Amino acid sequence: MVLDSKVPEGPLADKWDNHKFDVKLVNPANKRKFKVLVVGTGLAGASAAATLGELGYEVEAFTFHDSPRRAHSIAAQGGINGAKNYRNDGDSVYRLFYDTIKGGDYRGREANTYRLAQVSVDIIDQMAAQGVPFAREYGGLLANRSFGGAQVSRTFYARGQTGQQLLLGAYQQMMGQVNAGKVKLHTRMEMLDLVTKDGEAVGIVCRNLLTGEITSHSGHAVVLATGGYGNVYYLSTNAMACNVTAAWRAHRKGAHFANPCYTQIHPTCIPAADEFQSKLTLMSESLRNDGRIWVPRDPDERRAAADIPEADRYYYLEEKYPAFGNLVPRDVASRNAKTVVDQGLGVGPLKNGVYLDFAAAIERDGLDKVWERYSNLMEMYERITGEDPRETPMRIYPAIHYTMGGLWVDYNLMTSIPSLYACGEANFSDHGANRLGASALMQGLADGYFVLPYTIGDSLAGKLGTDPVSTDDPVFQQAEQDVRDRTQTFMSINGTRSPDYFHRELGKLVWNYIGMERDKNGLEKAISEIRALREEFWKDLRVLGNADTLNSSLEKAGRVADFFELAELMARDALDREESCGGHFRSESQTEGGEALRNDDDFAHVSAWAWNDENTPQTKHAEELIFENVELTQRSYK
Amino acid sequence: MSANTLNLTLQIWRQEGPNAAGRFETHEARNIPDDASFLEMLDVVNEGLIQEGKVPIEFPHDCREGICGTCGVMINGRAHGQERGTATCQLHMRKFSDGDTIAIEPWRAAAFPVVKDLVVDRSPLDAVIEAGGFITAPTGTAADANETPIPKEAADSAMDAAACIGCGACVAACPNSAGQLFTSAKLWHLNSLPQGQPERFKRTEAMVETMEQFFGSCTNHGECSEACPKEISLDFIAYMNRDYIKSKRVNRKLAGQR
Amino acid sequence: MAAPTVQRSAANPIRKKRKELPFPLNLYQTAVGKKWVMAVTGLIILGFVLFHMLGNLKLYLGAVEHNGEAVWDIDLYGEFLRELLVPLFPRTYLLWLLRFGLIGAFGLHIHSAYTLTRMNQASGSRYQSKQDWLAANFASRTMRVTGIIVALYLVFHLADLTWGWSFISPEWERGEVYNNLGHSLSRWWVGLIYIVANIALSVHIFHGAWSMFQSLGLNNPRWNSARRLVAGGLAGAILIGNLSFPIAILSGMIEPGDPEVSISEG
Repeated sequence: MVLDSKVPEGPLADKWDNHKFDVKLVNPANKRKFKVLVVGTGLAGASAAATLGELGYEVEAFTFHDSPRRAHSIAAQGGINGAKNYRNDGDSVYRLFYDTIKGGDYRGREANTYRLAQVSVDIIDQMAAQGVPFAREYGGLLANRSFGGAQVSRTFYARGQTGQQLLLGAYQQMMGQVNAGKVKLHTRMEMLDLVTKDGEAVGIVCRNLLTGEITSHSGHAVVLATGGYGNVYYLSTNAMACNVTAAWRAHRKGAHFANPCYTQIHPTCIPAADEFQSKLTLMSESLRNDGRIWVPRDPDERRAAADIPEADRYYYLEEKYPAFGNLVPRDVASRNAKTVVDQGLGVGPLKNGVYLDFAAAIERDGLDKVWERYSNLMEMYERITGEDPRETPMRIYPAIHYTMGGLWVDYNLMTSIPSLYACGEANFSDHGANRLGASALMQGLADGYFVLPYTIGDSLAGKLGTDPVSTDDPVFQQAEQDVRDRTQTFMSINGTRSPDYFHRELGKLVWNYIGMERDKNGLEKAISEIRALREEFWKDLRVLGNADTLNSSLEKAGRVADFFELAELMARDALDREESCGGHFRSESQTEGGEALRNDDDFAHVSAWAWNDENTPQTKHAEELIFENVELTQRSYK
Repeated sequence: MSANTLNLTLQIWRQEGPNAAGRFETHEARNIPDDASFLEMLDVVNEGLIQEGKVPIEFPHDCREGICGTCGVMINGRAHGQERGTATCQLHMRKFSDGDTIAIEPWRAAAFPVVKDLVVDRSPLDAVIEAGGFITAPTGTAADANETPIPKEAADSAMDAAACIGCGACVAACPNSAGQLFTSAKLWHLNSLPQGQPERFKRTEAMVETMEQFFGSCTNHGECSEACPKEISLDFIAYMNRDYIKSKRVNRKLAGQR
Repeated sequence: MAAPTVQRSAANPIRKKRKELPFPLNLYQTAVGKKWVMAVTGLIILGFVLFHMLGNLKLYLGAVEHNGEAVWDIDLYGEFLRELLVPLFPRTYLLWLLRFGLIGAFGLHIHSAYTLTRMNQASGSRYQSKQDWLAANFASRTMRVTGIIVALYLVFHLADLTWGWSFISPEWERGEVYNNLGHSLSRWWVGLIYIVANIALSVHIFHGAWSMFQSLGLNNPRWNSARRLVAGGLAGAILIGNLSFPIAILSGMIEPGDPEVSISEG
């Protein structure tokens, strides 16, 4: 199968405008004749549902939460990029595009990334109009900050709760459409299968999480906005319920899964405190602006941090990277933390963290200044760990945070299944192998507000005069039966272990072998160990309770089952990609200085994996990445 | 940091479904590290229950970093437990002592029926938003974001209100099960911004009247604000009351003396 | 699958919205509007209570010479109230106007309290474990109790000193404010009723006056901190003033009698 990215012809800056002119339009009077199913109501899903509703389509939105406002977009702290150049500091659409492509280590699609930068400007306008209380200057104009090492101040923010405020904006806009009768909202409904007919997406099958009822829903198009798969690691900064099931079910029905090995690690998270830890908490990277990162030189160090003299401290980032010091990019900071912890130099009761020390900053600027800058983060840290960062250094360790891989989509955000679209973190498209800070919110909203609502018309226009496939159609009946059978299987295995147990064990495998650093041996081992654990899962799973009430073990079982299959594909993809790029670091492929070494000759492509069947590994299709506007360079932070 | 562990006795509300009779069940939580969060303590109890072949306890949770608003139970008679300005997921076991008995109950309000065990249905909060908790600005119509300057103080005040995470603790803590703090925070977020002015009074009237279909009335106890994990101020309730009375007059005028 | 245990997706209101009455009656149809009415009527009653207390302080002025006669000062005050705005109005007309206003305020205050209580009872669900109050104080939690005590006391007080029901106050005579008060309150059980009821009244005012600011939307960061003080100050002043009367009479500091004698002895 040939992957057609459908990237329009013409100069980079004109592609999107030309394309908007070229896509087929649906007459306003006809829009109400089309039904679109939107699965997931985070930033991408809610903004898409709201906008499609405003345009006049009949929209049905599905969320497995009790309210759309709970989606994990809400947890993003830092901000959202927008190439407004309000600071007059040389920002432009082109610079944001360039930074994003370069930050993604040249593994993103130029045209998509440029479009993202273009519409970023409109997103800020739209969200301000929605009443998002962005931070303001005293003059009443929007405030900006520089984020994640960017050379310009283009990040808009709302205290430390930008994600929450943007989600509320999109959610409220969608609720306005619910009120107007244009969007029908289904809460506590989890999509458990995609239904296709003659190779085209025609609907979904859902389980009502409160009643266990299995229902079918059909539409002219299905939009998946179901987020990323970071929870495959068990311990991640994702919410507990985040999962890959919707995307994975679509993958099994024929949607290609692209670049699953691209996962992003965030360097400043609070390390796990005990074996029962259920998730990791992220702290804004801005902490690295003033904190110094170190570990004791002696693995057997017993003294308290403050009592360790300078000579016995190993400021490994400052020593290795004198130019950037503690501000090296996320992946570099993360990998180095892993290296020292692996050497036994870790700190804390489980020796699983490194110090982030504010003593020098406090001495230099005074406690008040430092507290003013970081009080909310320091309070959060104290609440979680019980330690006061003003007195003893913080302990930090990297954690999984975002996944750049996802369902393969073309320029229209359509997956390889016609009429099935993917937006937000669920697709793979805009970030390449690594995502810039403050770009996740931007991409979710770009897809939902300004891309999908135009491009979806292209496939809908051809369906004028057709009704959605009836849910009585055998394809729906079969899909419903499959879901029921699968649910029944989970309930009847009657083994000894909970879904959480398997998830935790799987997470350890994925973290150890497909984490910050990967190598051939490890990945091969990962594949066999994941398979063995998966077999055990299907034999030894224990799900108690009933299938016709709220049953989180049952929900979890289905999600973990899909994580097993995804984990194996991640390993396979990581094994196949014999280079290091962005969030994917193969220890075989590094420069003398230990930096990620790309192999542009062989791997300047998107790996899109096509499902075969249960017993045959996926087949890889490569979409060549063509760079007409940027020159591929090697990163260096020495 | 400490590697202390706690042994606790939990009185947990168990209820099969919305229409089933509920009861307290006693569970022992053994060897809980004091670094664990309250919800992780429940995870441990659940693991134990599954090992014993007993149905685990359903409890609401998701992000576990205090922002999504999914979690929330009554802990020893206080919504989200004894820590001020802290959601249940951010409450840590070091705040308890070895040997403590902890009573855990779901939110209770007529509008929040119990779904199962500690999980309740909070969809009335969405109904209040649906009634008018938005600014009608269809995608694509927005003017440049800097075209409407907003004084920093006004933006900050809107942000104070917008910090609400919609957990429902205000309703749960209120002796009248009133939804005033939630509704007023949502209202002030939008009503205080220039963008929210055209629909200000229409929104106020609609949201208040929808709220009253589900919740009780405010007797100004202030329990809501005490329970709020974001410490939303009671002031917003006063603003809402003011705007609501005004809305009856203004909306009549806007509609030309209906 | 098995039959669902609960059918829902959209929430079901626990009460329906009623058909809207014309302005301004529609204000009274919602709880926020009722609270507003409760606050306004509470303010009216509070004003009455305050002036009632201030007027009663005349008790301490004892007897005075008036038109060549010795009279109790407070009896004069009573007559003054009956003669308010005479001759613009006929005698007692304005007093009755004020009384009607007060009766209306009391009626609305009590009706709104009753309907809101019913609404709150229908909205809540009791916790099985002990609820731990953080902000609600004794005053706010006992508003209904103190309100009922005050309402019952009001009836007693009117029967005792305004209507002069003989089985309550056999020695009552119209217009003899000082002596009626003196005779009635010198009985220990009547004094006790007054003391208990006035404590309840002040407790009611302590929360009510603060709550009034919120219900009316009177909120401004510049003077918000003063609202508690105002409420506490009002409650305290009314408590001290009103308690002083039964105490003064029970202790014999004030005794009923002939104003003539009081002046000649004075």
